[in-house]
Amino acid sequence: MCLLDRFAVGSAILLAATAFAMAADEPKFGRPVTQQDIAAWDISIGPDGAGLPPGKGTVAQGETVYAAKCQACHGEKAAGRPNDRLVGGMGSLAPDKGPPVKTVGSYWPYATTLFDYVRRAMPWDRPKSLSDEEVYAVAAYILYLNGVIGQDDVIDAQSLPKVKMPNREGFTPFPRWPR
Amino acid sequence: MTKRRKRGLEAEPAAGNGILSRRIFLERALIGGAAGVTATGALAEPLAVAPWSKTPGAPFNAYGTPSHFESKVVRTWAAPANPATPGVGSSRTPHHLLDGMITPSGLHYERSHSGVPDIDPDQHRLLIHGLVRQPLVFTLEDLSRYPRTSRIAFLECAGNSGALYNAQAQPLDVQAIHGLLSCSDWTGVKLSTLLDEAGVDPRAKWVLAEGADASGMSRSFPLAKAMDDALICLYQNGERVRPSNGYPVRLLLPGFEGNMNVKWLRRLKVIEAPIMTKDETSKYTILLKEEKAWQFVFPIEVKSIITHPSPGLTLKGPGFYEISGLAWSGNGRIRQVEVSADGGKSFAPAVLQEPVLPKALTRFRAAWQWNGGPAVLQSRATDDAGMVQPSRAQFVAERGLRGNYHYNAIASWQIEASGEAKNVFA
Repeated sequence: MCLLDRFAVGSAILLAATAFAMAADEPKFGRPVTQQDIAAWDISIGPDGAGLPPGKGTVAQGETVYAAKCQACHGEKAAGRPNDRLVGGMGSLAPDKGPPVKTVGSYWPYATTLFDYVRRAMPWDRPKSLSDEEVYAVAAYILYLNGVIGQDDVIDAQSLPKVKMPNREGFTPFPRWPR
Repeated sequence: MTKRRKRGLEAEPAAGNGILSRRIFLERALIGGAAGVTATGALAEPLAVAPWSKTPGAPFNAYGTPSHFESKVVRTWAAPANPATPGVGSSRTPHHLLDGMITPSGLHYERSHSGVPDIDPDQHRLLIHGLVRQPLVFTLEDLSRYPRTSRIAFLECAGNSGALYNAQAQPLDVQAIHGLLSCSDWTGVKLSTLLDEAGVDPRAKWVLAEGADASGMSRSFPLAKAMDDALICLYQNGERVRPSNGYPVRLLLPGFEGNMNVKWLRRLKVIEAPIMTKDETSKYTILLKEEKAWQFVFPIEVKSIITHPSPGLTLKGPGFYEISGLAWSGNGRIRQVEVSADGGKSFAPAVLQEPVLPKALTRFRAAWQWNGGPAVLQSRATDDAGMVQPSRAQFVAERGLRGNYHYNAIASWQIEASGEAKNVFA
């Protein structure tokens, strides 16, 4: 093969490669959506309160919601049975206090988690059925039962992230990761 | 030229109380002497031709199931604390009745927080949003068009082996103690491919994953993991992911605790800091000896269990037995497994069954000559990060017994004179 032929073949390969590269689509199959499209799904609430909706609730309103929709599983005044106890256990995490009792009051570091979780997952048989006002109210009631807020406090997007949970400083990152 | 071996090669002791050299697995050595396998005399009755050899068998069926003789090989679960909430809890893999490294899909452990949803794949959507240039939604058909990748990976519930956090050893078997562990061949699309398409903002450090189940199970995980080896899984062991494992699409974060591998995945939100969901604060955190709790305990640390012998698999008199089990590490590949028959006084290396893959179950095997006397069987794994499975004493010294999750200390089966195996702390 003479030099010219080689050049011709080489050019043809190069041209073909370029043509293929230009013809190939990168696989991109996602469909663009707007914030409005996804509002019903965007329900996670950060510890700074980001994502909390408008509305508010009181302890008294929460007591009514709780009795109707939560008490069958979580017991009177959230004392537990048959499902998780939500109240009490303060101080039980200390090493010499017997078995630890982990509740919203004794263990949960952020009050925003209460709103996030109740709204997405509770009541167990009808999750996502409570209104935002009902979720604020029931959060207020549980925080009140734990002595974390006062009887007349109102819980809303501004006040909930400011609630200081007793075990806020109770966590430390796992020391062996990332390595 | 064929190399001939001497018949009746002596089985070499490798550790105390009858642990033999792994040469038995590596070479075609016949065991004699101490491990004598007798092959003398005739059968009590001559071999008969069985009825199934004299009549045609069953026709084809559309989806195969195990032999009806294997009806005891099933998952088990504890009754829920509240009969009104039956879908809360877990079912466990019967490791004492299985072998190899892959868990059959129908026996993969299940953990659900609000039951198994019945998701129509045509209506299911996966949303990627948050700190991205362009929020995107994907149908299953969209996801199916991307280049795919497969990998074998274990999943272990953070609560697996939690029974060993008890101060006293409970009379439980391998399924009840260690059954929240399984391993599958997973196929899907790399999460990094989808995140690149959405365009991740430089401020982003975490991703929230959320399921479409009634509990909306959600966990935050580091963006670095998403860009490393996270997989959006469509297939499990060659077929579509099973409903209780996340049909039609689940997240796989290889090596990370089970619940982070969010099933029925519907949403990924790219974020700056963790959301602090219920399952990364009130649950799946490890309360230490003092008042503090470890949070964000992601990788399953190096661990192994003996599946054979184990409770329920009674030894039939003194003689030769294979000890076999499973080893795994969320930080990489298993480098070594050692076994002991004298409660950890002496160990000898087991054979690792190929393939030995990172973040997958590895089957190990060792040879044992049981003399009929007291024995306590243990296994100790080391991974390629150099981490060694701790003894129970070391484990308890570090974190106490209040942790509930990520129990990975060496486990012990005591062999009774009757040949029965029993869970003990040694």
